[in-house]
Amino acid sequence: MFDEDLAEWPPHAQALGMQYLRTEGRRLHVKVPYADYLVGDPDTGVIHGGVITAALDNACGWAVRVSQDAQDGVAMATLDIRIDYMQPSTPHEDLQIIAECFKRTTNIAFVRAVAFNSSEEDPVATSVATFMMGTPAERSA
Amino acid sequence: MEILRQLRDEGRAGDVQALLDHIPYARFMGFRAEVEGDTVTTIMPFKDSLIGNVSLPALHGGTIGALLEVTSVMQLLFDTQCERLPRTVDISVDYLRSGYPVDTYGQAIVTRQGRRVANVRAEIWQTSRDRLIATSHGHFLLTPV
Repeated sequence: MFDEDLAEWPPHAQALGMQYLRTEGRRLHVKVPYADYLVGDPDTGVIHGGVITAALDNACGWAVRVSQDAQDGVAMATLDIRIDYMQPSTPHEDLQIIAECFKRTTNIAFVRAVAFNSSEEDPVATSVATFMMGTPAERSA
Repeated sequence: MEILRQLRDEGRAGDVQALLDHIPYARFMGFRAEVEGDTVTTIMPFKDSLIGNVSLPALHGGTIGALLEVTSVMQLLFDTQCERLPRTVDISVDYLRSGYPVDTYGQAIVTRQGRRVANVRAEIWQTSRDRLIATSHGHFLLTPV
């Protein structure tokens, strides 16, 4: 099952420094600690939008895993993700993400997520994503 | 942004590679950019840290989303030659195929540029320009907040 086992995490999530915090019901909490190499604007020290995009995408995928105990290991693929950026992430503060898979059907998982610094009520960005479930676990020739 | 003002003063406002070299996250991702005519092509050279699915293996969807966003912003900066970095308001990404562990390319077109906001569409491919692996459309704010 999904846990803090870092070895199971995608290399790119590790490269971003993503950390698992906890799971509360269907709500998955993760964070991206502030780091200089994630900065998008050296004048301000604000992290790049790409970091937020990648972290939200990753958290949404994990949220599906968290919600699917019975079908653990089913391969899936992101169909789409829409991200709204409300404000820059505060420099030198960690980015937290809460992602929740709020509906699963046979083929599709629907996920929403919010990224913030100190309070979920004051978002840096929000996203909605859909995932196709049961995609091939190996590439066809 | 200081670097944009500097590049413009030096008559190099279209030097998107110089801008990428100045952005820590772009260096971390290894993003590059080439300009031909009025078109900016972005490149994300493959490296292991971009992988999202080890067993396929496939690129992390987030890296593709990030490249789409950077591609959009670079084309927009090239078109507007503005000295402020456009702020992403929203972006919608469609994933069409999983990304192979090879180099990835992107191009964007500014579909509408207003005074305050621009609409930008971007496309990402790998081995063949007509086999897209992802597309996006987004809105970008051009004015100061």
